[in-house]
Amino acid sequence: MAGYVTKTNPKRFHKSQLKFYFILTPIAVFMLLPIIFIFSQAFKPIDELFLYPPRFFVRRPTLNNFYELFAATKGSSIPVSRYLINSILTALFTVIFTIIISVFAGYALSKKRFKAKNLIFTINNLALMFVPIAVIIPRYLIVQKLGLIDTFIINILSLLAMPIGIFLIKQFVDQIPDALIEAALIDGANDFQIIFNLIMPLLKPAISTVGILAFQVAWNSADASTYFINNENLRTFAFYVSNLTAVTGNTIAGQGIAAAASLIMFVPNLVLFIFMQSRVMNTMAHSGLK
Amino acid sequence: MKKIKKYMHWILLSPYLTLFIIFILLPIIVAIYLSFTYFNAIQPPRWVGLQNYIDLFTRDEIFMQKVLPNTIKFSLIVGPGGYILSFVLAWLVAQLTKIPRTIFALILYSPSLTAGVTMAVVWRVLFNGDQQGYLNALLLRLGFIDKPIQWLQSPEYLLTIMIIVSLWSSMGVGFLAMLAGILNVDETLYEAAYIDGIKNRLQEVIYITIPAMKPQMLFGAVMSIVQTFTTAGIGVALSGTNPTPQYAGQLIVNHIEDYGFLRYEMGYAAAVSVVLLIIIYLFSRIAWKLFGES
Repeated sequence: MAGYVTKTNPKRFHKSQLKFYFILTPIAVFMLLPIIFIFSQAFKPIDELFLYPPRFFVRRPTLNNFYELFAATKGSSIPVSRYLINSILTALFTVIFTIIISVFAGYALSKKRFKAKNLIFTINNLALMFVPIAVIIPRYLIVQKLGLIDTFIINILSLLAMPIGIFLIKQFVDQIPDALIEAALIDGANDFQIIFNLIMPLLKPAISTVGILAFQVAWNSADASTYFINNENLRTFAFYVSNLTAVTGNTIAGQGIAAAASLIMFVPNLVLFIFMQSRVMNTMAHSGLK
Repeated sequence: MKKIKKYMHWILLSPYLTLFIIFILLPIIVAIYLSFTYFNAIQPPRWVGLQNYIDLFTRDEIFMQKVLPNTIKFSLIVGPGGYILSFVLAWLVAQLTKIPRTIFALILYSPSLTAGVTMAVVWRVLFNGDQQGYLNALLLRLGFIDKPIQWLQSPEYLLTIMIIVSLWSSMGVGFLAMLAGILNVDETLYEAAYIDGIKNRLQEVIYITIPAMKPQMLFGAVMSIVQTFTTAGIGVALSGTNPTPQYAGQLIVNHIEDYGFLRYEMGYAAAVSVVLLIIIYLFSRIAWKLFGES
């Protein structure tokens, strides 16, 4: 081991690692500033929002902006809670269905033998780089032809085809030995029993990762609400937030409300990731593209 | 019963394939078809051959002078830039012990959770054009400027701010994948390499780490490309107008929306979409060339 003192993935602290802390700490602070700013701004009372020169950190935190956020739309016919419920339902169903669809497809692509298998996997790998917004117009036309404009379900349906989900699940199912599945088949289990009783429990890290990615897309996406839905009752909170300045105006008081809304957008993502991070990292170890 | 078993893989794949065809494959095919037509969403599409493409590259001054250069500048900096940044930061973080590594990784990853559009309301406050804006107030107090700058409304700054904001949030899934890749490189490879005469950590990264984690490098590159073009609409969100002031922050994604949903020239917008798809494809070809195995 002579010749070098620092190394990748060290087991314990050594003072030679300090230089990495010196580089990373300022970068981390810079990365954190906007996030601290959202927290700080969201809890500022109105006089601190008006303060000149503006102060970055909040002194006397209050929940006032959150009350205002929920009161702001009281006058109009659709309360904020409506958008929030739409978002929660969209996220919930998107996560559940993405997981089921991805596990079915990933299992078939990994463990079944059939002709088109490699072709489908190759096409899916190509589709990893698919950017939905690039073909928003044909998407709109297709959704229109299917009669799905102004339906709640389009919020969910338009997000379910997630090539990265199938990819990650397939990579993970590849790790499960064929013998295990053959044994279950000999015991008389059918494919659905194998998936739900055998595969799913072994796939926990990959399923958590796909779930968290699906959640992020569903929770953050305003696309379906923007392009496919005209009925305010069916739109999501992400849409509401991205159009918030149209509601509150670009006023100082509106800035506090906007920060409160951004915080509501951000926190669920963060909390979920913190809880799942070790599973996500475990899955990412198998994310290699060949 | 035997028959069902024989086609079981199609049953399992059918939900995904159906959605894949409807929401990914078909839109691409329809975009290619419409790009050869005149289509205003009211009358049926009329075949015009290559006319849309000819107009796009010879008559559309805004596209050639603003949108395309903006897109190239934005995607070259945010794509490869964000990617290299992700790798460097992932490598630095991997040099720490587990707990601090997890904390740093979380901090670096968290901006990617804020996802462009919804965060724009916060950026607008930070970059507000009057003296109440945080950046203006700071620069005024430090004496760098003597009157507030209209950051998001001025053509000279908008694109730069878009790039900074996008780089800030570029440590996403690709970053995590590369971090996992670096951590999983077989330790004996390093030991062998030092015996073979590798002298420093930079050589170690170039000759051992990157070749050993090529698949993750490729995955990270593809994720960077997707993220770059997905966040490309951010100029409109930041400035609050489509088109952006003097088209300064106008990228291809906004041009598509402008022609498709504001002017209802959907055939023309489809041609722009096809150009964008080709650009995305070229970027990923480069990534496959660099890191692909076959």
